[in-house]
Formats: sequence, C-alpha cells, structure tokens
Amino acid sequence: MARGWAIFSNQADRTVIHHDATPRRRSAWPARRDKRAILWWLLMLEAFRFILPGLGITVSVTLIALGLGLALGIVMGMCRAYGGMVLRSIAGVYSILVRSLPVVVIIFILFFVIAEMVDLSPFFSGAIALGVASGAYQCEIFRGAIHAVPNSQMVAARAIGMSRFKAATTIILPQAVRLALPAWANEVTLVLKDSSLVYVIGVPEIMRRAQYVSASTMEPFAAFGAAALMYLLLTLLAGRLLEKIEARMRLDI
Amino acid sequence: MTLSPILRIEKLHKQFGSLTVLKDISFTVQPSEVLVFVGPSGTGKSTLMQCLNLLAPPTSGKIWLEDQEITASGLNRNQVRRRIGMVFQEFNLFNHLTALGNVMVGMRHVRGMPKDQAKKQAVMELERVGLAAHAAKYPSQLSGGQKQRVGIARALGMNPHVMLFDEPTSALDPELTGEVLAVMKQLADDGMTMLVVTHEMGFAGEVADRIMFMDGGAIVEQAAPADFFRCPQTERARKFLSMLNQTELIDRPS
Repeated sequence: MARGWAIFSNQADRTVIHHDATPRRRSAWPARRDKRAILWWLLMLEAFRFILPGLGITVSVTLIALGLGLALGIVMGMCRAYGGMVLRSIAGVYSILVRSLPVVVIIFILFFVIAEMVDLSPFFSGAIALGVASGAYQCEIFRGAIHAVPNSQMVAARAIGMSRFKAATTIILPQAVRLALPAWANEVTLVLKDSSLVYVIGVPEIMRRAQYVSASTMEPFAAFGAAALMYLLLTLLAGRLLEKIEARMRLDI
Repeated sequence: MTLSPILRIEKLHKQFGSLTVLKDISFTVQPSEVLVFVGPSGTGKSTLMQCLNLLAPPTSGKIWLEDQEITASGLNRNQVRRRIGMVFQEFNLFNHLTALGNVMVGMRHVRGMPKDQAKKQAVMELERVGLAAHAAKYPSQLSGGQKQRVGIARALGMNPHVMLFDEPTSALDPELTGEVLAVMKQLADDGMTMLVVTHEMGFAGEVADRIMFMDGGAIVEQAAPADFFRCPQTERARKFLSMLNQTELIDRPS
C-alpha cells in the first residue's frame, strides 16, 4: 500500500531498490518507508482540512448557478416552445450564443467587463456567469421536455377554457419539469464540476484552495487528491438526493 | 315549441389547406336536446366537434351559442370554451394530477374558485360519475372507463351549457364502454344538451333525440332515431346502415 502511494510522491524513494530477500526485522517502530507513508497521509488529511472551507463556497456557487440557470432555463425554454417570433428569437440567440462560448470566457467577460461597471464580488460574478451558462443548457433541457409532453394535454387544457399561457404554466410545465428531471440531474453534476472554473477569478473554492496547498507543499497529488475526493463526495450526494426526488415525482403517462 | 336554440350553426366550412373537411353545415340545437352524429370514418365528425368549441376555428360560417355569435372576431375564445364541455376519445387527462386534481384544476384556474369550494364541487362531480372512491388516484392507476368518466367529470366541473363527446368510447375495451355510456345517459336524462359522435348505435337509438348522419363532410340526413334506423331516406345512409348490420352479423356468434 505504502509503496503504491509512494510512486506518486515527489520524494526520491522511487529510486530505492529493495532487493534484499531477508525477512524484515520486526520492530516497534515503523520502517522508513512506512513512516513516509504515514506522513503522506497526515499531509493529505491536512490538505483536506485546509481545503474544507472551500467546499461550502463550491456548494454555494453551484446552488446559486443552478437556481439562476433553472429560472433562466424554464423561462427561455418556455419562450422557445411557446413564444412568438420575438421571444423565440431572443431565447434562441441566448441559447446558441452562450452554448458556443467556453464557460471560462463567460466568467472572464462577466468579471472583467460587467463586474467593473456594477461592482460585483468575484464570488457573485462567478456564480452568475455559471448560472448564465447553465441557463442555456437548461433552456434546451426544458424545451425538449416541453415538446415531450403530448400535445393532447394542451388541447384538453384549452378545451376547459384555459388561455395558452395558463395551460402552458399549469398543465404543461409541471409535466415537463418531471420529464426533465433525469437530464437536469446530469446538469447538476456538470455545474458542480464547472464551479471549479471560478478559481480563475480568485474565488476561494475547492480548486483554488487545492492549488494553494499544492504550491505550498509541493505535494500536488495530496492536494488535488483531496479536492477530487470532495468533488466525488458532492457528486454522489447530489446524485442520491436527485434520485429520491425523481422517484417521488415520477410521471406515469 | 318556441324555445330559442342553444346552438345555431350556419353555413359552416372547414378547410385544412386545400382539403375541405366540412361543407356547408347548418343546424340548430334546442336546450336539453341530444344529437348523435354517425357516419363513416373521415367524414369530419370529429372536426365538427373541434370547430364547435373553436379548438379548430371554422374557415367560414357562423356559430351562435345562446344568442352570442362565438365565431365573431375579437371574442375571447377562452370564455366561450368554458361554456362548452369537451370529452375526448383518448381521455386526455392531465397526467400529473389526481382524478380530483383533474376536475379541480379548471375550477381553480379558469373559474377562479377558492380551493375548498372547488374541492367540494369536484368531489360532487366525481360522485356524479361514480368515482368518488378513486379521487386520489392518478390517471395511470385508472382503467380506461374510469379515465373517461373522470374526463366527463372534468368537463362537467366547468358547468358547461353544451357538452361535446368526440367518440368517447372508441378507445375503450367493449366491456368498459357500458359504464361510460351509462354516465352519458344519466347526463342526458338530467337535461344536458349533448352532441355525441359515436359508433355505438345502441346508445344512439336509445338516447338520441336526433340522429345526424354525416358523409363526405356534410350532414346528409337528420331524423329521429326510430325513423333513421327503420327507413333511412338517403341511399348513403342505407348503405352505411347495411354495412353496420353486416359487421354485426360477423361479430355475432351463430
């Protein structure tokens, strides 16, 4: 075990050749190699503890971005599905434009151009940039889901006297949201991981802190290993949560 | 009788592109009258129903509902549709709502009733179609016949003045049509004005005040059921009825 981990360490022990076939002497003290392993695990633990406050920031950025993206996605998705010429074009341009830009570019534009004009902290400009980006993808998710609701539902809603708007919001949208859940759960994990990109504007989230640990300890594997572990935990947790919601909101047609 | 007609249709045409589906349809309906539309497939019976509640606005022609011309331009069609109940062949229940929710949603969001009042009336409507015990079930948990009865309750919940039935039993297994037809018969007995498209000739003969025979997008013949089934006046109606008799002979085990 220790040896396996040591391969990734910066220390020179990978050059040590263990060719003595004699059984190792039992001792109350761990061998040299094992001591190094213990130190490495302690370092990892230390890295984990240092990065941990970033987890809260990562989660906050992700939640804000998802919330903003959800609102944008639903509104734009509805515009694309039911809007007139103008609304449909606006939503279409938004979706195509944003989806064709790398998220980092959007983050930079928002931080260096727009945040200059309306005094925005790196945290919020990062979260908003991610939200704007996610909104475009969610727009497509909801547009697809809206189209997946059978047209007969709209006809039935109109037949009891609902306006098109009323029918879209009270009959179609609740069903579309349920149909969109699996794709939306996927989007959650994507945004969670994209949230690491806001480190470029100095938001002290997981990635930023991991890089700090890496630079100051010269132990990139411990640092980014700890970060990876956190992302893994967050993704698994989000997945479980969304599975539960999905099971509860399942729509049988 | 000097009753004013509840529904009056005048020279109604409907075209889809270059295809003429309805030609020169004119008739009047008295309050509490039950009209049953029969005829071969593809003669525009369903389209006529959709024209009447303006889901598919007519290309030309006029429709009056209780002294109001509902085909007039600038009219709020949503207001008109509230007064015309529609029951669909494929039920079209709202999949995300329970039976009760299906009946309530229109009352709440179209009639603007408060929640408890809407609930009370929705339960009454479900009782009327014999489904109060299934109020909490979702459409996917109901049988076809039950779904259609919820569909009827949903339409009734809007207090319609006229009810349109577009082949309400055509998507049902034969053993389930009975429960739906019974509810419709009860409705007719309660004095509801009904326009029914159906292939259930037994129901037509029993419940209809007038049979409207349609062919090729026009009303070819209209008569009381007894007259229509006994001695149809037109050649096309005779042919249609003899076709029906033939299939019935095939269906019937000897």
